[in-house]
Amino acid sequence: MADFLYQLLLSFDATLRIATPLMLCAMAGIFSERSGIVDISLEGKLLSGAFVAAAVAAVTGSAWLGLGCAMLAGIFMSLIHGFACITHKGDQVVSGVAINILASGLTIVLGIALFKRGGQTPSLPRDDRFTPIEWWGVDMMDSVPVIGTIYRQLISGHNMLVYVALLAVPLTAFILYRSRFGLRLRAVGEVPEAVDSAGISVTWLRYRALIVGGALCGIAGAYLSIAQGGNFVREMSAGKGYIALAAVIFGNWKPLSAFMACLMFGFLEAATTRLEGVDLPLIGEVPTQLMLAMPYVLTVLLLAGFIGKPRPPAAIGKPYHK
Amino acid sequence: MNTALELKNVSKSFGLVKANKNINLAVEAGSIHGIIGENGAGKSTLMNIIYGMHRADSGEIHFGGQKVDVRSSADAIEHGIGMVHQHFMLVPTFTVLENVMLGTEGGLMLRDGRGAALERLLHLSETYNLQVNPHALVSDLNVGQRQRVEIIKALKGGAKVLILDEPTGVLTPQEADQLFEILKVLRDDGVSVLLITHKLSEIMDITDTVSIMRQGEMVGHRKTSETSPQELAELMVGREVLLEVDRKPATPAEVRFSATNLGYTNAQGVLELDDINFEVRAGEILGVAGVSGNGQTQLMETLAGMRHLTSGSLNILGTEVTAADQTDPRIIRDLGVGHIPEDRHTHGLVLNFEARENMILGFHDTELAGSGTLFDYKAIQQNCEDKMAHYDVRPANPRLNAKNFSGGNQQKIVIAREFSANPGVLLVGQPTRGVDVGAIEFIHKQLLELRDAGCAILLVSVELDEIMSLSDRIMVLCGGQNVGIIDSADADRQTLGLMMAGQRQEAAA
Repeated sequence: MADFLYQLLLSFDATLRIATPLMLCAMAGIFSERSGIVDISLEGKLLSGAFVAAAVAAVTGSAWLGLGCAMLAGIFMSLIHGFACITHKGDQVVSGVAINILASGLTIVLGIALFKRGGQTPSLPRDDRFTPIEWWGVDMMDSVPVIGTIYRQLISGHNMLVYVALLAVPLTAFILYRSRFGLRLRAVGEVPEAVDSAGISVTWLRYRALIVGGALCGIAGAYLSIAQGGNFVREMSAGKGYIALAAVIFGNWKPLSAFMACLMFGFLEAATTRLEGVDLPLIGEVPTQLMLAMPYVLTVLLLAGFIGKPRPPAAIGKPYHK
Repeated sequence: MNTALELKNVSKSFGLVKANKNINLAVEAGSIHGIIGENGAGKSTLMNIIYGMHRADSGEIHFGGQKVDVRSSADAIEHGIGMVHQHFMLVPTFTVLENVMLGTEGGLMLRDGRGAALERLLHLSETYNLQVNPHALVSDLNVGQRQRVEIIKALKGGAKVLILDEPTGVLTPQEADQLFEILKVLRDDGVSVLLITHKLSEIMDITDTVSIMRQGEMVGHRKTSETSPQELAELMVGREVLLEVDRKPATPAEVRFSATNLGYTNAQGVLELDDINFEVRAGEILGVAGVSGNGQTQLMETLAGMRHLTSGSLNILGTEVTAADQTDPRIIRDLGVGHIPEDRHTHGLVLNFEARENMILGFHDTELAGSGTLFDYKAIQQNCEDKMAHYDVRPANPRLNAKNFSGGNQQKIVIAREFSANPGVLLVGQPTRGVDVGAIEFIHKQLLELRDAGCAILLVSVELDEIMSLSDRIMVLCGGQNVGIIDSADADRQTLGLMMAGQRQEAAA
């Protein structure tokens, strides 16, 4: 039994690590989509962030500089998206797809040109990454049964960006529901005319939402390449941006619900690895492929309307014309 | 005279269209100033310029004697201008208080300004009798209440000039009267009210002065006490108009069209039409009155076959239609029903098609379009030319795209198409919405001629005057229910207004 609990705990631990980039991207998606801009470009921003973080960290030897530049890269991609679909009122999905393709191609081209390793960046020495932080009193807590193990495995021992992601969720909720910026952001995604007639610039408000989102995606990218991993690998975002977008929809564009959806997706993936080849009582051996497909199956089911009805922001996807 | 707002030679173009040409306007402080004109005369554009939503190409705006540069709504608000837009600018998922706070939150955190905003809201709602619950969600409010929220929003910064763009379009007559009472209190408080409308009766009832617009130009300024509806209508249209419809008594014959316990439940499971019963006889017009959004659209579309009734039955010229029948507009039309849809842009016309093609929409497989597999464009052209001449469509050019005609002439195309099929039953929705006064007169005459020729007509309109002047009997809808059917001889605004608010006929009379 204790062994089972320990296994479960390790699964939760893995869940958290897998869900971190999802959480950051989902919060980015919430900022953008709540302002009325469809953000299918989460994937591309995540990938650019990952590449820039690894490249800058490799060249300068500073993880912090890598993180900062990754955020700037995410913001830059957001600004392209904004320029196309806020300033020039282009189609938001087309612009988002374009950004994803751009990021996919550009990271490889620049990677080969700069590092000549087939699109990868050099592996970073341990000191140049964000390394796990041992919390205070872990050894002391070890003497306490169960809680000690939870403290060591689940709460302590993650790198800093995991905690940033965990903080980003309540912070997003706070900004959205308690601040002036949040009130205006929610309003502009529902009835932009109301915002305009209240004397607030719709354009600037939406740009700010995209900038915040870009920065969050940049952090998520840095997590992939210089915290969880030690270098950039081609297409290393591997659809996480899309999964995050699905989590936003699952969560009905609400931060806490989206967070839960991210954890669910994370848990499914963590369980997949753990359950590989394991015989479960009653069920027998679970096909790994089925588990791997679960997030996508769930997404399709949701989008088809089987799991509750999502209520997107009313003005999403519509450029604002005066 | 103390001028609150003055415009000097304001002009504005959208592309080649001159929406406003050299507009001059002076509004006295503490007065109610009406601006009247037909749809498309440029009233809304002018108001949007004053409120900073649009920028004038040239001309000057003066507030309180000072020349100002209004670049955005924020500028206008700062100068003491408040505006209640024709389409409400409210966030339905927000509470009343949140909507009022938007733009003047009073600090980075909402907490900082919430108390003060609530106090201000309650103060305004008490002073001007604008009752509304600050913590209610806007989506739960009815139209009248939403309008009160809009007025509070416009007044919250201490507005000296309040602009209302077509404020009564969605109100019952009683709600409109309440609104006018509020406006009078505001005026007595020193606020200048600018009331935009196309309804002559409102101008005569409430304004002190009135300015008349026609085709983007200001064609006259009058003191309301020194003018008449006749004169205003003439100025609006540029020629003499008959305000009263000359309607002879009807001679109803056999029942052509009837509904028995008709019900319609939408895809979300909401009951939108509830147990509707009525009959329309040959040679009469049954008017359907109601505040917009009370089931008129659903009724029209169910009758026309665009939606499926979910309970009850219809009898159309002897054919029984129930919920089990898979009707569609084609089947209904083939039974002999003509339909002039409420929204001609989406349901009546294909705007990017030529007039001659629009003239055969729905009749494309009849001899109008030629007898073979291919269209006979000669016949189509001829058909269109004939109908354009008969129904006075201008310009009489069959090759012009439908979108390039004015609202009135677009409607005439639809009317020409539907009327000339000689329907036994005609469904008419909002026949004169967005149509100029001259065309209204023409359309009304045509409807009465068709009635006298023995057609059974069901008329839906949000214009109470139109319903009252054309109908022989009037059915009132409220919340998807038939409140009652009364003879138009017994109908006055008071009775109908109470019925539109849901009071049964017995109680209302």
